[in-house]
Amino acid sequence: MAQIQSNDSDSGKGGKHGKVRAKKQSTHIDMTPMVDLAFLLLTFFMLTTTFGKPKTMEINMPVKPPPGQEILNEVNNAITILLSGDNKIYWYYGELKPETKLTITDFSATGVRKLFLDYNKQAVDEIKTLKENALKTKMNEDTLKSRIVDIKGKKYALMVLVKTDDKAKYKNVIDIIDELNICLIGKYALVDLDTREYDLINNFQPGQ
Amino acid sequence: MPKVKMPKNSPVLDMTPMVDLAFLLVTFFMLTTQFRPDEPVVVDSPSSISEKILPDKVMLVTIDSSGRVFFNLEGKDLRKEMLSQMSAKYGVKFDENETNRFAVMATFGMTVQQLKQYLPLDEMERKDFMKKSMGIPYDSLNNQLGDWIRFGRLADAQSSNGAPIEKDKALRFAIKGDANANYTAIKRVIEVFQEMKVNRFNLVTTLEQNPTIN
Repeated sequence: MAQIQSNDSDSGKGGKHGKVRAKKQSTHIDMTPMVDLAFLLLTFFMLTTTFGKPKTMEINMPVKPPPGQEILNEVNNAITILLSGDNKIYWYYGELKPETKLTITDFSATGVRKLFLDYNKQAVDEIKTLKENALKTKMNEDTLKSRIVDIKGKKYALMVLVKTDDKAKYKNVIDIIDELNICLIGKYALVDLDTREYDLINNFQPGQ
Repeated sequence: MPKVKMPKNSPVLDMTPMVDLAFLLVTFFMLTTQFRPDEPVVVDSPSSISEKILPDKVMLVTIDSSGRVFFNLEGKDLRKEMLSQMSAKYGVKFDENETNRFAVMATFGMTVQQLKQYLPLDEMERKDFMKKSMGIPYDSLNNQLGDWIRFGRLADAQSSNGAPIEKDKALRFAIKGDANANYTAIKRVIEVFQEMKVNRFNLVTTLEQNPTIN
């Protein structure tokens, strides 16, 4: 233990021999309280700290056209996704025609992801070979990125319109955008539900 | 046979390396820590594969699972400016004490009229108040959220005194929605932002693993 010896006990000796000797003091200090404190602080900071900031997903909405100047989308290679309650996804390909039938799917890897990958096969394959080539030729990361963006914008790349009804949850929308990113789909839009589509969802019967 | 004597080991242990390590870690945590801001509502963000980090300077709109909306913009001067604009528009007077309390407050969610009652409360009373609060109104009749956004942006523009802002230091807009919130509520918030000519958002999510596709 770190004890400071008082001068009283020494003074006698020093007086007898007439020599003042520097006392050899132990260099050991009891560090237990300091360690206690250090670990207390350590625990406190470990528990209160938030590691890393929350992650975010960036999304750009189209600028709203002034009323009366609605932009009509030219839909050629497009899938329309209709999100509804109970994590249900309905979809149809191409334009909405009177005879259009909805198909139901889910958020699993074999559901909506497989659907996107199948329809977006050409672009996905192209990006894959591009990435492989980039590894071989040590392509600059920025050029690789811009090349990928190029492919995503090509005509044969799939376009997805995401529409939600009033029962859809926020989570569903995020999950769909996530799937779009996973499936390398660059062209997508969050749009309002059409009344005809609303009816289609309401009149949907399984096994159609 | 002589007895085998166990050597008496000194129980004193040299703790210096341990202390060194402990203090190293303490220093590390002290320097890296950012105190978790006190959130008035519990929001369970949905997960995504996005690895982008939330920017520093951000206007955050929080939407909880029942569709209540909360607002936050950091920066004392910005908040004071924002509050004075709001008080002028809605005719609710805030004295200096209240303005100072507002400047250091975290996320809030109530009407401007209720804000006056909320500011003098202490920590516990505020929690109760928030539980009962209906959030900031954001319908088209009483669009206070839109005003907060507008005045927040104005205050931010004034703070830079017209000097050009670096791209990564510009004010960003984040929406933190609960995974179970109805999308209609989020859609309406996005609409409010779009009415204010904001078209680029950061949706706050938690990280999940990126599945590899074949």
